[in-house]
Amino acid sequence: MRRGRVGLAAILPFLWLALFFAFPFLLVTKLSLSHTVLAIPPYAPQLDLSQGLAGLKVFLDGLDTTTYARLAQDRLYLDAYLSSLRIAAMAAVLLLLIGYPIAYGISRCPPGLRLALVMAVILPFWTSFLIRIYAWIAILKPAGILNAALAGLGLPPVDILNTETAVLLGLVYAYLPFMVLPLYAVLDRQDESLIEAAQDLGATPLAAFWRVTFPLSLPGAAAGALLCFIPMAGEFVIPDLLGGSETLMLGRVIWTEFFANRDWPAASAVAIVLLATLAVPILLFEREQGKVLS
Amino acid sequence: MSGRPQIGGARQTFAPWDDPAARPLVRFEGVSKGFDGAVAVDDVSLSIYEREFFALLGPSGCGKTTLMRLLAGFETPDAGRILLEGRDLGPEPPHRRPVHMMFQAYALFPHLSVAENIAFGLKRQGVARAEIAARIEEMLALVKLEGLGRRRPDQLSGGQRQRVALARALAPRPRILLLDEPMAALDKKLREETQFELMALQQTLGTTFMIVTHDQDEAMVVADRIAVMREGRIVQVGRPVEIYEAPADRYVAGFVGDVNLFEGRIAACEGPLIRLATDDGALDAEGAGVVGDAAWLAVRPEKVAVHTEPPADGRNRLAGTVLDYGYLGDWTTYLVETRPGRTIRAARANATRTLLRPLGCGDPVWLTFAPSSAVVLTK
Repeated sequence: MRRGRVGLAAILPFLWLALFFAFPFLLVTKLSLSHTVLAIPPYAPQLDLSQGLAGLKVFLDGLDTTTYARLAQDRLYLDAYLSSLRIAAMAAVLLLLIGYPIAYGISRCPPGLRLALVMAVILPFWTSFLIRIYAWIAILKPAGILNAALAGLGLPPVDILNTETAVLLGLVYAYLPFMVLPLYAVLDRQDESLIEAAQDLGATPLAAFWRVTFPLSLPGAAAGALLCFIPMAGEFVIPDLLGGSETLMLGRVIWTEFFANRDWPAASAVAIVLLATLAVPILLFEREQGKVLS
Repeated sequence: MSGRPQIGGARQTFAPWDDPAARPLVRFEGVSKGFDGAVAVDDVSLSIYEREFFALLGPSGCGKTTLMRLLAGFETPDAGRILLEGRDLGPEPPHRRPVHMMFQAYALFPHLSVAENIAFGLKRQGVARAEIAARIEEMLALVKLEGLGRRRPDQLSGGQRQRVALARALAPRPRILLLDEPMAALDKKLREETQFELMALQQTLGTTFMIVTHDQDEAMVVADRIAVMREGRIVQVGRPVEIYEAPADRYVAGFVGDVNLFEGRIAACEGPLIRLATDDGALDAEGAGVVGDAAWLAVRPEKVAVHTEPPADGRNRLAGTVLDYGYLGDWTTYLVETRPGRTIRAARANATRTLLRPLGCGDPVWLTFAPSSAVVLTK
C-alpha cells in the first residue's frame, strides 16, 4: 500500500514531463524536420494514419535535415544566436552585480524586516509582466519620464529606447527577483558563527566576507545566474518592445519565422538548437549541484 | 582563602591566584552587559592567570557565554573593562585580539579542507608559507589527525571535527583559548576521553584555557579553578574541591553535586564547629556564623553513612526507613524518610559485589555523618 503510493508520487513528475515537455518537444522536432508548403497547415509531410504502416513510412521518408543545413548556411541565424547569448550573459553579470548586494543587505536585516523586504522583491509580480515592460517604454522614450528628469537636472537627454541598452535594462529589471531570491536563500541560511570564527581567527570583516561568506554563497549565485540566463537567452517580449529592429535575438527570429515568414520548420529548428545548447549548461549545473549536495 | 581550613588535601603546587604578586593574564573589572533591558552579565570582576585552566560553570542563560564573548570581542561591555596583560581590550575588534575561540558547533569552514581550516588564522597573521605547512602538521599531530589534512569537514566524524576546531583555534598560538561547551556534541564516553586529552594538551602547550560549560562533572575534571555563575553574577570562584566541599551558598551546593540541606538556627559555636537547631534535631557541622542566625547545614549524600543497626554515637544521627533506592553499579543511592515528608539522600559505594545484607524499601536504617563532613551555610 505504502510502496504503491511512493511509486505513484514518483511517476507524477514523469507524467507531467511526458505530457508537457516530451510530447511537445517531439512535435517541434518533427516540424523542424519538415518542409514549408503553401497550404494549411503550411508544412509537409503530413502523417496519414488511414494508410496504416505504409502511411507512416511515407511520412518518415518525407522528413530530412535540410532546414538545419539552411540554418548553418545563413549568417543571420548564427548572428542572432551569438547575440542572444551575449546579451543574456551581459544581463546575467549585471544581475549578479546588482542582485548580490540586495540579497546580502536583506540577509543582514533584522528578521521581521527581512520578510518585508523579500515580499517587496516579489511584489512587482503582482502586476502584469507586459504592463511593466510597456511602462519602460514610457520611461525611456525620447519625450519620456527619464528625459524629463534629466532635463529637470539640467542634463542632456538620452535616446536609448530601441537599443541594446534598453534591452539590458528591461532584462535586468524583469529578472532581478530570480537572481535575488536564490542568493538570499543561501545567504540567509549561512551560519553566523562562521563569520565570527573567521573574525576570531584574525580576519577583518571584509576578509571574512571574501573568504567565507562569498565562496559559500557561490551555489546560490550559480543557481540565480542560470535561472535568469536560460530564459533571457530565449526572451522575446523584452527585445521586441524595447530593442527595436536593431537588436537581434533568437526569440524574435523564431517569432518572425513563424508568423511573418510562415516558415514553421525554420522556427522549430531554431527553437530546437536553442534548447539543445541551453540543455548543456543546465546539465552541467545539475551535476555541480549534485556534487555540492553529496 | 588562607583563613579557611585546608580542605580535600589536593596537591596545591599551581596556585598563582593565592600569590598577591602574581599578575593576572586576563582581568575582568566590574563588567556588565545587558540585552534589550535584560542583564546578562552583572558587575563581574575576575582574574585568570597564565597557564590556568579556568571554567565558567552555570545553567543555561546564566551569562557565562556572554562573558566569554565579551572577552573574544563579539560583545562590548556596557560597563567595566577587560584587560589582557594589563592592556585594555575595549577598543580592539575581535580580529585583533590574541584570543581564539573554539565554537560550540565548531563553526568549521565547510568549503575548506582540514588543513586550510587550520591555516586560516595563520594566513591572516601573515605567517610564511613553509612555516604554515609545518604548523599544520604539528597541529594535526597534536590532535591525532595525521593524514586527514585534505579531508573536508563533512567527511569527518563528530569527534574528529571537534579536534579540527581545537587545532584551528590553537594554530595561531593564542594567549588564551576560549572553549564554548566544547564537548556538548560528543557522547558520554568520548566526552570523558576528550576531557583528559584536553587537560593533557593544555599541560603540554602551557596555553591558558577558559572553558564555558553547564556540566559540573566536566568543570570539576578539567579545571584548575571554577567560577560558578548565576543570573549574570559570579557566586563563587575556587578550586573544584573548594567548590564542592566548601560551597559559598545553597545555590552552589545544589548546583554542583547532590546535597542534603537542613534549615535551622545557630544554637552554639564551639571552635570550628557549629551546632544547628533544626526540625530534625540538633546537628553539628563545620562553618562560621553568629548564634541565633538562620543557617543551613549541607551534607553530601556520599558522606552520609547508612547503618542497619543503631550506631553507638548519638551525634548527627537520624533514624528512618528506606523509601526508595537507585542502583547505579558503582554507587547505590538511598532515599531515606526520617519523618513524614522529609527525605535524605545517602549514597553507598558498592565496594564488594554482594552486600552482606542488601537494603530494600521499608527497611529501618540509621544515618550518621561526621561534623567535619558537613558544612554550615549562612546564605
